[in-house]
Amino acid sequence: MTGIWVAVLVTVAGCYALKLTGLIVPRGVLDNPRVRRFAELVPIALLAALVAVQTFAAGQSLSVDPARLAGLGAAVAALLVRAPFLVVIVVAAGTAAGLRALGVA
Amino acid sequence: MIDINTDIGERPAVRTRARPVRDGVALGLAVGTSGIAFGAAAVGSGMSVAQACVLSLFAFTGASQFALTGAVATGGGLIGGAAGAILLGSRNALYGLRLAEVLQPRGARTLVTAHGVIDETTAVTLAQPDAAAARLGFRATFATIYVTWNLTTLLGAIGAGRLGSPQSLGIDVVGPAAFLALIWPQLRAGRAERAVGLAGAAIALAATPFLPAGVPVILAATAALAGALVSPRPGPA
Repeated sequence: MTGIWVAVLVTVAGCYALKLTGLIVPRGVLDNPRVRRFAELVPIALLAALVAVQTFAAGQSLSVDPARLAGLGAAVAALLVRAPFLVVIVVAAGTAAGLRALGVA
Repeated sequence: MIDINTDIGERPAVRTRARPVRDGVALGLAVGTSGIAFGAAAVGSGMSVAQACVLSLFAFTGASQFALTGAVATGGGLIGGAAGAILLGSRNALYGLRLAEVLQPRGARTLVTAHGVIDETTAVTLAQPDAAAARLGFRATFATIYVTWNLTTLLGAIGAGRLGSPQSLGIDVVGPAAFLALIWPQLRAGRAERAVGLAGAAIALAATPFLPAGVPVILAATAALAGALVSPRPGPA
């Protein structure tokens, strides 16, 4: 639990420092098109990596959890019909929970 | 959450003052309520209710919070988990670069403004036609989402333990589904974006067996670097 508190406080300090940094650094950093493009692409790369890791990784090993995979598939289906953010999450969790309750996955 | 790359000046300059407030409150309420998912995921991962609330109060940036939750859930890798969460927050620094030009915060006010620099406030602020509307939009979004996100975090954190095991509720899918929903608009935006997303996912999975938890996700930033070098301008969809 102490370890988690350390991680929580480090995350809090780091996240705030980054928010503040953006507001106080000299202007013109984004004038370089490659820097600006990197700024746009970083969240895509990191969030896609998180989707993959949290779906297929258990610690340092890779595995497939059918209910979790089905939940993510349901999220994709919800996104394809342009469902709102919260609906996507509820559909994904509900699918995984439902399959586990039924014992089919 | 969501990224909208809009620039000041894309919309007609005539706009009532009610619009930025309405936009901000609507988006703040819609997205802020997903704090319930974060609270539930945090406690489900092994965090305490207090830890979940401290993150929402003081980190106040959804993707980073979910990322740390994921690291805690997989057990260990807390340093890597915190590093990954902070790296995810780096986009807020990049948002700040653009928001500073519009909001022009000064003195102590900068310290408060900084806390509100997130995906949603950036989206609403940069969608406004002038500086006054932009400031209104920023404040309305920040206030609404801050209150909603924190209240629902508490509700989710308290409720999670009483409802059943995280697995039986499908809470392990909440993180991946949330992240996918957040990047979905960008994945639809262009071929380069989809390539970077796929490469980031592939890099992280390939590195997972060899590196401590959290580090593979940081490594995925190299996909963004490669994408920026190969395709410095947004390309065709």
